[in-house]
Amino acid sequence: MKILVCISNVPDTTTKITFTNDNTQFNTSGVSFIVNPYDEIALSRAIELCAGDKGTVTVINVGESVTEPTIRKALAIGADDAVRINAEPRDAYFTAYQIAEYAKTTDYDMILCGRESIDYNGSQVAAMVGEFLDIPSISIIKKLDYDGTTATIEREIEGGKEVVSVSGKFIASCAEGTAVATIPNMRGIMSARSKPLQVVEAKEIAQISKVQQFDTPPPRGAVKLVPADETEKLIGLLHSEAKVI
Amino acid sequence: MSVLVYVEQVDGKFKKSVFEAVSYAKAIADIQGSSLTAISIGNVGEAELKELGKYGASKVLNVSNDQLKNFVNQAYASVIAEAAKKENAAVVVLSNSFSGKGLAPRVAVKLEAGLVDGAVELPKLDGGQFLVKKTAFSGKAFAITELTSAIKVIALNPNAFGVKESAVEATVEAFSPEIKATDFTAIVKEIVRATNKVSLPDAELVVSAGRGLKGPENWGMIEELANLLGAATACSKPVSDADWRPHSEHVGQTGIAISPNLYIAIGISGAIQHLAGVSSSKVIVVINIDPEAPFFKVADYGIVGDAFVVVPKLIEALKAHKG
Ligand SMILES: Cc1cc2nc3c(=O)[nH]c(=O)nc-3n(C[C@H](O)[C@H](O)[C@H](O)COP(=O)(O)OP(=O)(O)OC[C@H]3O[C@@H](n4cnc5c(N)ncnc54)[C@H](O)[C@@H]3O)c2cc1C
Repeated sequence: MKILVCISNVPDTTTKITFTNDNTQFNTSGVSFIVNPYDEIALSRAIELCAGDKGTVTVINVGESVTEPTIRKALAIGADDAVRINAEPRDAYFTAYQIAEYAKTTDYDMILCGRESIDYNGSQVAAMVGEFLDIPSISIIKKLDYDGTTATIEREIEGGKEVVSVSGKFIASCAEGTAVATIPNMRGIMSARSKPLQVVEAKEIAQISKVQQFDTPPPRGAVKLVPADETEKLIGLLHSEAKVI
Repeated sequence: MSVLVYVEQVDGKFKKSVFEAVSYAKAIADIQGSSLTAISIGNVGEAELKELGKYGASKVLNVSNDQLKNFVNQAYASVIAEAAKKENAAVVVLSNSFSGKGLAPRVAVKLEAGLVDGAVELPKLDGGQFLVKKTAFSGKAFAITELTSAIKVIALNPNAFGVKESAVEATVEAFSPEIKATDFTAIVKEIVRATNKVSLPDAELVVSAGRGLKGPENWGMIEELANLLGAATACSKPVSDADWRPHSEHVGQTGIAISPNLYIAIGISGAIQHLAGVSSSKVIVVINIDPEAPFFKVADYGIVGDAFVVVPKLIEALKAHKG
């Protein structure tokens, strides 16, 4: 079995988000980058499925050379090898196209990725790759089992879940529950240095979306505290002042 | 030229988020001076389809086909793209729901269209530019994104726009697009839906609790409060990690991002990763024993106190308020 896992290079979860150049660029100064937390879940599930010599896990990232430390982290977690498509990921359309083009050149059984990236919060890549490759895409999955030919997948729906069965190639985007993110151990970190990382040049495709500007939410006013024994006062405020109940 | 809105149905009924998407699509059609068509897939009755007129849809394309009774991502995407072509749609609107998130990107690729998901405002048409504001960095920022493709796809965040009535008469038209067998390789085996619960992603009111509640046996009062309010329940990550609550309730950076009108956080510290998924709630109420809990910094209202004392009192006060 061969699993391709898409990983995104994102700012650490505790990053204070600021912008430069008149709010047109994300300020990367002092920011450390990590494997997107949801992608880590996908990667961990892929590693579990391949455990005991049942297959290999290749991570794929669309990014310039600055993303290599993040790719090495994924190798330290347990991926067997890595591919970097050498380009700045302009938008999800571009990224998905590059991943799909690479997938066409290789023989994989499934592609996994995270439900969304924590920077632009697009949950687009998985379904776009699915469409570019004309294979099923199952979004926001909570569980994935595979018997060698057929995958049984649980995906989240409003107020419940749906069980989906797929035979043949597919792509799925993983959410919490699919696996517990694996923490790399010393051996993983040491071996990551020597695992193969292939660099592939990107293919041209027209750009159809672009972030022009960033904005931050207005700061909230100070909290209004209500004494613990006057809960009726809180209900009153929510009713007549905030008008939410 | 027109605007097309996909109206997601659950068991033949539309939810509030659908009327919100139709209201939003109608506002775009008004800006562009075009008409609004809705596309419904699955077996929805005429009366329910006509409801869409109330929010501005003048035409409803109705795909009624047993094969498409349940949501099948690929097939639904094909149908929506077909409808967009038939209606000569310049903009396609969907809800940024679980299904919408799986559909919108496929529709976008089929139509070679730029996509903005997580949209929070109406597009701005600025000197020929088409700009859409969306959430980014898990609610810590917004990204104003330009779409330059001929057709544009927008997936609207729940509760971002609200429902707006604009009564027109909707005409319902049967639509039977070609359906490919290869669009059905992923087969839905089972659907489990908790019908009595308010769904978290599009809930207007949410009651959430964290590790401060000490254990799963203490969630009774949280559910009682939520039931009284007609609210959905949520939790922090350690709570779902410990299996006190299902993963589907986990909100935050690695859980679901929500923006209800009211978010009540009980016994949750307010760590940055938790705030990332809830900070765009319109009103935040925090109940925490620790006056230094970071959550108070972003709260609108707060009670410093023990949840085991405060929540039962709050329930009593709410019952009294409701009379
Ligand atoms: C990569 C990453 C991603 C993460 N993603 C998420 C995420 O998506 N969502 C998320 O929630 N967390 C996430 N976290 C975890 C986050 O950092 C915090 O650990 C978590 O939010 C804490 O949950 P908590 O507030 O319930 O628990 P605690 O931190 O244990 O806080 C419990 C709170 O309850 C209060 N309390 C205790 N007893 C009482 C009482 N009797 N009455 C009232 N209050 C009481 C305490 O004062 C305290 O403030 C993530 C962490 C990482 C590293």
